[in-house]
Amino acid sequence: MEKIASYPDSLTDKHFHYCPGCTHGTVHRLIAEIMDELDIREETIGVAPVGCSVLAYEYFDCDMHEASHGRAPAVATGIKRVHPDKVVFTYQGDGDLASIGTAEIVHAANRGENITTIFINNAIYGMTGGQMAPTTLEGQKTTTTPYGRNLKEAGNPIKMTEMLSVLDGPSYIARVSVHTPKHIRKAKKALKKAFQRQLEGRGFTLIEVLSTCPTNWGIKPKDALNWLEDYMMPVYPLGDLKDIEEVE
Amino acid sequence: MAEKVLMKGNEAIGEAAIRAGCRYFFGYPITPQNDIPAYMSRELPKHDGVFLQAESEVAASNMVYGAAGSGARVLTSSSSPGISLKAEGLSYIAGAELPCVVVNIMRCGPGLGGIQPSQGDYFQATKGMAHGDFHLIVYAPSTVQELVDLTYKAFDTADKYRNPVMVLGDGMLGQMMEPVEFMEPLDPAELPKKEWATDGAKGREPNVINSLALAPEELEAMNKKLENKYKKVKANEVIHEEYRLEDAEIAVVAYGTSARISTKAIDMARERGIKVGLIRPITLYPFPEKEIAATCDQIKKYLTVEMSTGQMIEDVRLAVNGRRPVEFFGRLGVVFEAEEVLQRLIALGGDN
Repeated sequence: MEKIASYPDSLTDKHFHYCPGCTHGTVHRLIAEIMDELDIREETIGVAPVGCSVLAYEYFDCDMHEASHGRAPAVATGIKRVHPDKVVFTYQGDGDLASIGTAEIVHAANRGENITTIFINNAIYGMTGGQMAPTTLEGQKTTTTPYGRNLKEAGNPIKMTEMLSVLDGPSYIARVSVHTPKHIRKAKKALKKAFQRQLEGRGFTLIEVLSTCPTNWGIKPKDALNWLEDYMMPVYPLGDLKDIEEVE
Repeated sequence: MAEKVLMKGNEAIGEAAIRAGCRYFFGYPITPQNDIPAYMSRELPKHDGVFLQAESEVAASNMVYGAAGSGARVLTSSSSPGISLKAEGLSYIAGAELPCVVVNIMRCGPGLGGIQPSQGDYFQATKGMAHGDFHLIVYAPSTVQELVDLTYKAFDTADKYRNPVMVLGDGMLGQMMEPVEFMEPLDPAELPKKEWATDGAKGREPNVINSLALAPEELEAMNKKLENKYKKVKANEVIHEEYRLEDAEIAVVAYGTSARISTKAIDMARERGIKVGLIRPITLYPFPEKEIAATCDQIKKYLTVEMSTGQMIEDVRLAVNGRRPVEFFGRLGVVFEAEEVLQRLIALGGDN
């Protein structure tokens, strides 16, 4: 008998605090599986953000550093400069990365910091109770856009990944989703490539993961998966946005 | 004895940090501290160190947070408005109990203010740096030699208490040149290993650098732990200096550049027969509270002299605790002269 799947060594045995139907757990597992497969758990330092994944340090069984809101790329820069031979990743939500932390992510990417950023985009603030995120869709109702996001007043859904992909520093930037098994497999491939790029010392890598938030979207988990496909994917199309191997 | 070299205050800070084993500097340009990053960008590569000009002071302080958590001796420097931006990172660094050194070469505020020397950040440095109950340990040098000695010492103190330490100078000190003597350089490889640092969980349980404590009891315990640390700091780390205080009836209390100007004024007053001396706090946190209180039997009047509208005077009054009058002299924007302090001393002395 061949064992084809097991609980990843790189996850602790603590129960996730995430809501039912939230895709954080899926993404955590993928990262842990990659850490196992690349045998880097003891070489990795993760940076947790402020947001729903603020407690990520409870779940990844590697050295972890809790950052202040939006500053994970700056904290990761400090870590990586001291330990250039270690693997350093940040795990950030859309409020963290695309709102309060725009300066830090842009400049870490532009410097080509040899780190990997996992960017969870669920189009809403989760931890604080469902406020508008910069990634919230047009017309989407949140606790701070009770009449739906009005683009004239609240601006447009921000496309961070597209913006970052025009910089010269990044080596690999992609947008993936985890709402179906097929997409999960593709997401893992992209995430693994990002970590491998870092191991090769090829510079900044970022994977945006379209994610669900049934609790704050106010819909059932199954409906949330459909909502992601029907409404988020047209605004945030999947695919590789920058891959210097392809460009060269 | 090492040879004395003529050096600018800001550059001397950089050299002292490198000799203390600091190999990481993260900062952002702001006047009048720019010679520090310039010196570090020139000298750190020669020591296999890292100089990084950050996108903002907010980012710089969070890079310090990351590097400090990784176990390195790390420095950042700025001037007043930039320190306001570094405050976020410093609160996290203090909360996560990490050592680092931050230099503030003070200029005059508030707002954009100006680039003239000032001591207007006393409150910020000693009390109101950022959110939460925490303290920096604050050194207040008054000569370029002290900038060197206290910067070097700051790294040891930071490691000893796992707490951020501030070297609080001003534009005058940062820009002046004086002969200084340096200590033998320390090899960072010989520093004790920081077992709590994040450097990869090889053959051990993971280390977590964190200041989050959601459970009420855990949160209280975290703050109690900090409180106990500050009690130790207060008990062990106070440094002050006294000058011509033996028979004095008036005591000037001043730190940094104000103390230097006051020293001259005290000499001038002494020539006129006024019995005056100086109490110079060298640590502003912990403040030499007991040391000042101990002089109350002898001293009849205190004069606090600051390049501000009166900030340290509050701590002097708390120390004196109503037993004696505490007067104030200060100017800001403009650096006052010894003659102006002398006139206040004559006025005070005349009342005797």
